[in-house]
Amino acid sequence: MNSLLWLLAIPLVTVFVLMFCNDRRQYRLSAAFGMGLQLIYSFYLVFRYTAERSSGNTEQMVFMHEYRWFESFNIIFTTGIDAISLSLIVLTAIVTFTGILVSWNTEKLPKEFFISLIVLATGVFGFFMTIDLFTMFLFYELAVIPMYILIGIWGSGKKEYAAMKLTLMLMGASALLLVGILGLYTFSSPDANLLSFNILDIANANIPVDTQRFFFPMVFIGFGVLGALFPLHTWSPDGHSSAPTAVSMLHAGVLMKMGGYGCLRVAMYLLPEAAKELAWIFIILTTISIVYGAFGAIAQKDLKYINAYSSVSHCGLVLFAILMMNQTALNGSVLQMISHGLMTALFFALIGMIYERTHTRDIRLMGGLMKIMPFLGVCYMIAGFASLGLPGLSGFVAEINVFVGAFMHPDSFHRVATVIAVSSIVITAVYILRVVGKLLLGPLDEEHAYETGDARWNERWANVILIVSIAAIGIAPFWLSDALIKSLQPIIQKLQ
Amino acid sequence: MITESYSYTVAIPLVLFFSFLLIGLAGGKLKPIVSGVFGTFFLLVSTVLSYYTAYSYFFVDGKLNGAYQKLIAYDSLWLTFTDKLQIHMGVLLDPISVVMLVVITTVSLMVHIYSLSYMKDETGFSRYYSFLSLFTFSMLGLVMASNIFQIYIFWELVGLSSYLLIGHYYERPSAVAASKKAFIVTRFADMGFLVGILLLSSFTGTFDFLKLTDPNGSALTQGSAISFLGLSVMTWSLLLIFTGAAGKSAMFPLHIWLPDAMEGPTPVSALIHAATMVVAGVYLVARLFTIYVFAAPDALIFIGYIGTFTSLFAAVIACTQTDIKRVLAFSTISQIGLMMGGLGVSGYAGAEGLGYTASMFHLFTHAMFKALLFLCAGAVIHAVHTNELWEMGGLKKFLPVTNIAFLIGCLAIAGIPPLSGFFSKDEILTAAYEKDKILFYVQFLVAGMTAFYMFRLYFGIFWNKERDYHSKPHEAPFTMLFSLIFLSIAAAVSGFIPFSEFVTPDLKPFESHIHWSIAIPAIAIAVIGVTLASVLYRKDSDLPDKISISLGGLYKAAHRKFYIDEIYMFITKNVIFNYISAPIAWFDRNIIDNTMNGIAAITNFISVKIRGFQSGQLQQYAYVMVSGLIIIVLVALYFMNN
Amino acid sequence: MIDKIGIEQFMILSTLMFFIGVYGFLVRKNLITMLMSVELILNAVNINFVAFNKFYYPQNLQGHFFAMFVIAIAATEVAVAIAIIISLYRKIRTIDVEEVDEMKY
Repeated sequence: MNSLLWLLAIPLVTVFVLMFCNDRRQYRLSAAFGMGLQLIYSFYLVFRYTAERSSGNTEQMVFMHEYRWFESFNIIFTTGIDAISLSLIVLTAIVTFTGILVSWNTEKLPKEFFISLIVLATGVFGFFMTIDLFTMFLFYELAVIPMYILIGIWGSGKKEYAAMKLTLMLMGASALLLVGILGLYTFSSPDANLLSFNILDIANANIPVDTQRFFFPMVFIGFGVLGALFPLHTWSPDGHSSAPTAVSMLHAGVLMKMGGYGCLRVAMYLLPEAAKELAWIFIILTTISIVYGAFGAIAQKDLKYINAYSSVSHCGLVLFAILMMNQTALNGSVLQMISHGLMTALFFALIGMIYERTHTRDIRLMGGLMKIMPFLGVCYMIAGFASLGLPGLSGFVAEINVFVGAFMHPDSFHRVATVIAVSSIVITAVYILRVVGKLLLGPLDEEHAYETGDARWNERWANVILIVSIAAIGIAPFWLSDALIKSLQPIIQKLQ
Repeated sequence: MITESYSYTVAIPLVLFFSFLLIGLAGGKLKPIVSGVFGTFFLLVSTVLSYYTAYSYFFVDGKLNGAYQKLIAYDSLWLTFTDKLQIHMGVLLDPISVVMLVVITTVSLMVHIYSLSYMKDETGFSRYYSFLSLFTFSMLGLVMASNIFQIYIFWELVGLSSYLLIGHYYERPSAVAASKKAFIVTRFADMGFLVGILLLSSFTGTFDFLKLTDPNGSALTQGSAISFLGLSVMTWSLLLIFTGAAGKSAMFPLHIWLPDAMEGPTPVSALIHAATMVVAGVYLVARLFTIYVFAAPDALIFIGYIGTFTSLFAAVIACTQTDIKRVLAFSTISQIGLMMGGLGVSGYAGAEGLGYTASMFHLFTHAMFKALLFLCAGAVIHAVHTNELWEMGGLKKFLPVTNIAFLIGCLAIAGIPPLSGFFSKDEILTAAYEKDKILFYVQFLVAGMTAFYMFRLYFGIFWNKERDYHSKPHEAPFTMLFSLIFLSIAAAVSGFIPFSEFVTPDLKPFESHIHWSIAIPAIAIAVIGVTLASVLYRKDSDLPDKISISLGGLYKAAHRKFYIDEIYMFITKNVIFNYISAPIAWFDRNIIDNTMNGIAAITNFISVKIRGFQSGQLQQYAYVMVSGLIIIVLVALYFMNN
Repeated sequence: MIDKIGIEQFMILSTLMFFIGVYGFLVRKNLITMLMSVELILNAVNINFVAFNKFYYPQNLQGHFFAMFVIAIAATEVAVAIAIIISLYRKIRTIDVEEVDEMKY
């Protein structure tokens, strides 16, 4: 069997096994086992990939495989990965596995919860491993639907509203996206007989500029909504804050990255001329997103809302970097996706754990938690420092790549935008330290009887895995960055 | 080209990173004192290595053809931006970095030893030592950096360790607030630094110090031609970089975090907020001095004025503060201002580079005597459990060793020969005198005020009236005294180091000697300051109060630190929070979100209207059907007939 | 006499019956009367079938058969409709069509 199909097979088999389990211990063990296997397998793929590259394979995509799916429309399920998609696959595997660890003690319908979670992850894995637009879209939808169920059933607060809003906005976006994809399909070949959904084929077709101008906004906005593009980001604060912990992790950590990845792989790569022409509009929007999200986070009181706004700001940076269209910035955008994925997953995991002990997420009602839960406190601080871009952690590497890349444009429009984006590092520091100061430091709030007890073993493992990944990228970014730069070359050549 | 014989220097910081990880991860399980001993041991290793490096660099093989070389001792690629623009992690050895190695490891070692007993009874002893290791690691990485981005990386890390150490007593809200303030203010300045780096690198195409500061290199001329608002791009970028330096070095108006940073444990103040981290800004300007002097002389003049103004400003405030650590903090700001002033008046070649040499010299001596003063203050606080000057007095008979050490520190900072401060300050004044008379007079005045407020402190603590102490003050234990004695000796004799033989902007040694025409008035004004302080504060009298009352508003303004904190508070709290953040949050919830909800509501509204067709009334359906049928028939007939 | 009656007369009769039926269906509120109107419509169609068959295709019998079919279907339809009306009446105690809007929205 093709090595990439295992990425779909393992979760599906896990789902199948879950259906026949019948107590909570079995559910969580089999879920953790399946996703652990997936994590190990994704690391194995990294080794395979490195070996393939070092043995001289310079193809754009490796492990390519085609499965004829619907002959008359030439829909072929094509798998293939490069360093960009591979790193996002590893990210997904890490976040899913830690998500399962975090939801170890799910009380309500655990079997259905784990099944939905794994189906969601399957959609994401599929999205990142295919290189044809049709199946990409299919997997995108596969990931969105379980999200609705997960938030609607296991969520908290205004969960029905949030689930509905999130799903409707993403569906609206995918309607735009579908039009864009069909447009790309229609123009994928000069003679109309050999139309193709394959990204690599479309990249070779010369799509007329007028057509590009028409479809680029659709594709970019279609994916951009998922990447929290201002002003279409409002699903994210509500969605994140209502979702259960593991779903917030997957959602902010992985699902939002599908937006950035789609913008990069589809909008920029396949419609480069229009991208160059229209980038300025989106640069303005993403610059607003970056600063706006950060300022918005300062005024929030709910931990999850703070993080959701922070995600708006950080994902804004991803799209901002994509629009800067040079090697450094694009590299920065992918690094930022990975870094934000890990860091925000860590944040949401910690918020979930803190909430479990304090039964509130309102920062005004908490204080001095470092005293009673030092492990979680330290992890929270590390996540915070990663978020505000401290060197040695992944956020810094991503941000400087973005800023340096963006600043390479010699004109003042790009530079002013960059300087405004740079100001977010200060604002981020303000809200992160505000939360850390209120939540963790200071005198212990004696009024509230918190459930004491530091992290349990599953929580420790989840945090440690995420922190180690964040620090690994932060301390030794070169291996990841070099691999990414090589894989970004085809995209950069199109954008030149 | 990498100089292999020095490649061991990379171990100097890395040992401490290892120590940080070891103590940080295993700290909870070790006995506190074991962590302390570990930390001190690792630091000792890197101190020995640093001394060895200094010895071999300055006396054995650093010099080539009469000039010191800039050696790349280690280099590895860290991150690639483009083929040309890359971040390396490297070790650059040149006179200033080697001097800084010695300063940092010495002071840090003293602080480590001192803290073994000072922090003995505190909770979080292991945490304290692991953060000290982290700090020393980052500070060493900063001074050894071979490119500007590496400096920025370690710059942020020292900011982090400063944040963590100021907030050591994290249960105290004031400490939390102070640490937050320190981080955010310096972070704000670092934003300028980062933009400056971006601007600089986009015109010069490199981060590397060797290329940037090569006086014959192409980096200096690029970007000078393009101007923006009347200044060249180079000047802009260097001014922005100076913003970063000003933030870290607490230059006006970014000085506000430093006095509050005294919330941290006293040894931390000695290490970070007096001797090492706060002079990082001076170091940065010195590091980029060649570009400043050739490509942006305007920026250098600006630095000179900012530095000198800050030194005066802080000296005035220092005269009115009553918390002894705050007096020392303002004195630090003032002295760093002098160093910046020294850099601002310096030239490049030969004896014109006196300001640069003087500034580095003062950095060195200041590190010794200011660390000494802080550690003495720590010993005093340890003895009487208060920071307030007016709750102390008459301590000279209880703390004889500390008394002498503090006196040495005060004499050194006041510039009384033959102690170290005299020599370095004399050079700064000489350099200013030759370049800019206004700066000279201001600095001269500051020298007098320094003597005054330091002796105010000295007499206030050790002489004056004895207060009722709850328990009898006792002299510090030996480990603390050891540090005091060591630093006293350093503060006393380090002035005799012929600095211009080692540290010059063009790396070629020159002869310098004491300029008695400037030194004698300087000594005179210092003596006047000391005398005035002794009249006012040696004995308990109501004279100081009378003077402060007669000064009225000025005294009050200085005592309240000229209301700068209040202004910042107003801007951050009222303007940013109330007028930017809260409205944005409101806007998001109410405008943007409601637009989305509005779209949903409109859809819903339309569907409510449309569903009226589905009335359930059978006859209504039939009406519609029949009328539709009739219309179709009529239309069909019409078209068939035509 | 019977020869004088042409297809036109049949047409006129059936059209009249049809529209009387439609009119009745649209304006009467009583479900039973509406049902009777439907019968009128169906019978109008029957007349057409038979008349067309007689005047245009006398050699064939399809028209007659269809008329039979319609009668049969009409009978069953009446049975079902009456059943529905009765159960409606049992449920909501009225056979006024305007009261019966269970299918609303």
